[in-house]
Amino acid sequence: MKTIFKSLLALTIVSTILSSCGNGGDKGKQGALSGSAAEKVYVAPGEHDEFYAFVSGGFSGQLAVYGLPSGRLFKVIPVFSVDAEKAYGFNEETKPMLNTSHGFIPWDDSHHPDISQTAGELDGRWVFINGNNTPRIAKIDLTTFETTEIIEIPNSAGNHSSSFVTENTEYVVAGTRFSVPYPQRDMPIKEYKGNFKGALTFISVDPKDGTMDIKFQIMMPGFNYDLSHPGRGKSHGWFFFTTYNTEEANSLLEVNASQNDKDFIAAINWKKIEEYVNNGGGTKAPTNYAHNVYSDETHSATSTMKKEILIVNPSDVPGAIYFLPTPKSPHGCDVDPTGEYIIGNGKLAAELTAHSFTKMLAAIEGKKFDGEAYGIPILKYEDILGGVVKQPGLGPLHTEFDGKGYAYTTFFISSEVVKWKLGTWEVIDRKPTYYSVGHLMIPGGNSRKPFGKYVLAMNKITKDRYIPTGPEVTQSAQLYDITGEKMELLLDFPTIGEPHYAAGIPAELIKERSKKIYKLEENKHKYVVKTEAESKVVRTGNEVHIYMTMIRSHFSPDNIEGVQVGDKVYFHVTNLEQDYDVPHGIAMIGAQTSELLIMPGQTETFVWEPKQVGVWPFYCTDFCSALHQEMQGYVRVSPKGSNVPVTYTLDGDAIGAE
Amino acid sequence: MKLKVFVLAGMVALVASCGSDGKKDDKSAQPQEEVKEAVEVDPMKDKGIGPVKSITLGEIDQAMADQGHELFKAKCSACHKEDKRFVGPALAGVTERRTPEWIMNMILNPEVMVAENPIAKQLLAEYLSPMANQSLTEQEARFVLEYFRTLKVAE
Repeated sequence: MKTIFKSLLALTIVSTILSSCGNGGDKGKQGALSGSAAEKVYVAPGEHDEFYAFVSGGFSGQLAVYGLPSGRLFKVIPVFSVDAEKAYGFNEETKPMLNTSHGFIPWDDSHHPDISQTAGELDGRWVFINGNNTPRIAKIDLTTFETTEIIEIPNSAGNHSSSFVTENTEYVVAGTRFSVPYPQRDMPIKEYKGNFKGALTFISVDPKDGTMDIKFQIMMPGFNYDLSHPGRGKSHGWFFFTTYNTEEANSLLEVNASQNDKDFIAAINWKKIEEYVNNGGGTKAPTNYAHNVYSDETHSATSTMKKEILIVNPSDVPGAIYFLPTPKSPHGCDVDPTGEYIIGNGKLAAELTAHSFTKMLAAIEGKKFDGEAYGIPILKYEDILGGVVKQPGLGPLHTEFDGKGYAYTTFFISSEVVKWKLGTWEVIDRKPTYYSVGHLMIPGGNSRKPFGKYVLAMNKITKDRYIPTGPEVTQSAQLYDITGEKMELLLDFPTIGEPHYAAGIPAELIKERSKKIYKLEENKHKYVVKTEAESKVVRTGNEVHIYMTMIRSHFSPDNIEGVQVGDKVYFHVTNLEQDYDVPHGIAMIGAQTSELLIMPGQTETFVWEPKQVGVWPFYCTDFCSALHQEMQGYVRVSPKGSNVPVTYTLDGDAIGAE
Repeated sequence: MKLKVFVLAGMVALVASCGSDGKKDDKSAQPQEEVKEAVEVDPMKDKGIGPVKSITLGEIDQAMADQGHELFKAKCSACHKEDKRFVGPALAGVTERRTPEWIMNMILNPEVMVAENPIAKQLLAEYLSPMANQSLTEQEARFVLEYFRTLKVAE
């Protein structure tokens, strides 16, 4: 007995020492903790990060690619805004990507990236992201990390409750934030109620090549639709959208849209509506929206205007749509990995509401309704309630899940991330953010299989966190280790634009498929030349087409004569390299456009309209070899009507002579 | 007091010795390599570095050479001409100057060749532009080699 007691005592002492070490780490902000935090985010030179983080640029309109845990920025993928560095929206090939029913739009507000899924798990094929301002959904191909498709969303405005995917990427959704008159027309604003509609758009995604197509649009009551998430597992087949402004106010919304004690989460049985539509349901209506597709074979985008859309009126599909009362203007609408709980982050509420999917089905089955809104049944709050997290913080915004039974919610007003337990609804831990956190991200957090190692919190305000840069300072992201019971702040790094929302994925699911070059033999660009011998200059009227090649480190041709003031000169430039990481650039003096940055095997085009007589140089802009500084050429520009013939040479020889 | 000084001196010595150790290693490594470079190499015996270890050549296969010519035009001609020094060396007669294995390894594995093979290193020093890897397959490189065999040196 004594021995047992002794050994127990010894054990207790040892464990006390051990746990005190752990606790010491949590308590202290400096010293030993900073050391271990630094180690956890240190990715040694030449080593790779464990995760990709795709962080939207908010008002930058782009999508940034960071590594986690290091926080290193690898690429800014141009999506909705022109980018002179990559010639996106400047070269002839990508201009059609930014076409809309309003014409060429050079900017947007990019918000919610979401990675494609198969069977409820991340498959790493594409990232989808929404443009808020002129409603669009873009698709980024994760073999090339380029935007390859943009579809405009008609009858929509402030495309905000977007662009989230269903379990098998059957659909990506786009919900309108602002309701607008449907159909759009000249009418008094004060006649909002009943005349304005909120369109929820379901865009089908081709399982093979990812081509997007608007399958149907549900014309909902004129509320504001804020965020959404898909059901999964047992709730697969449903989609949930938060609403606010169920008051249908059209002015001073900060007061007038905060009147109702509860707004709604709209629960949409999309499988039921899909079946209805497949059986001929819905109304075909005239419309006008752009569908822009970029091809890796032609290295060019095309823009097609679509003229018809299928509209679904909710009251025509009974049993497909219900309203779940949810306290106070809910923002985030998040579904846990099992698909049972739907979390409404009521941003003006004191509590966090979790609806139960099972109870929701039972209430629907029992027809326990609490009235209706525009023909859509409203369920009773008490009947569907799964649980409430009491007094978790101020201003809940967004919840993600670690796959181990815990949820993490951001609180904008109290600037913190709060960890709580699903089922018991108890708060486990809270950690401050610096400052005013918006969304947060756990890799795979919006799927059946989260990778619960880190959470990334994205902050709107940084004030004193970095050395100042004038009135405008960077926004930031903060990385927390969530492998222990308590969260640990590891890293704080600046971001591009507004880091509004993010999606993360293990690097191993993507990096092996990352494309290294474009094969020259597969290049089907209209103006490609695949050998130097074929490079040429062709005049048609006042258009001059230069079919140019580039390889380390010269252009062919590099001496061109016979161009005249007033000509429209097209440089169609093909990079003949077939090796990894050997792009070339080209820029022409006085060209009212950006440089081109051309990947191996790719063709791009810029236009130059020379305005002055002379001999004008062009050069390679991307440091390509030891002889990069020698990579240059000249174009002779003669007066309009000059009789200088078109000639083009390399090393004094006419091109074509082998 | 004395003890403290002694400890400090000891530490300085330790740090200093670490630093100089590292430098010594670097210095002793470099001259050795330079000596190696100076060693004479018979280009008709050097097989180069890369996937191709041994090639047996028969009669010239014209069909293979034709395919090689097409590949050459598409992937190589921007930098190499037959009879003229261009970005890289002229190629007429190359099969009389280099082993077939060296030629194929230079096509297939240029990054390592220009870094480690004495002949390729010398060429890089002369031409400055490193041989580009145009991602040919081994079969394609073999066709290009066959095409090279048809090129005669201009008299």
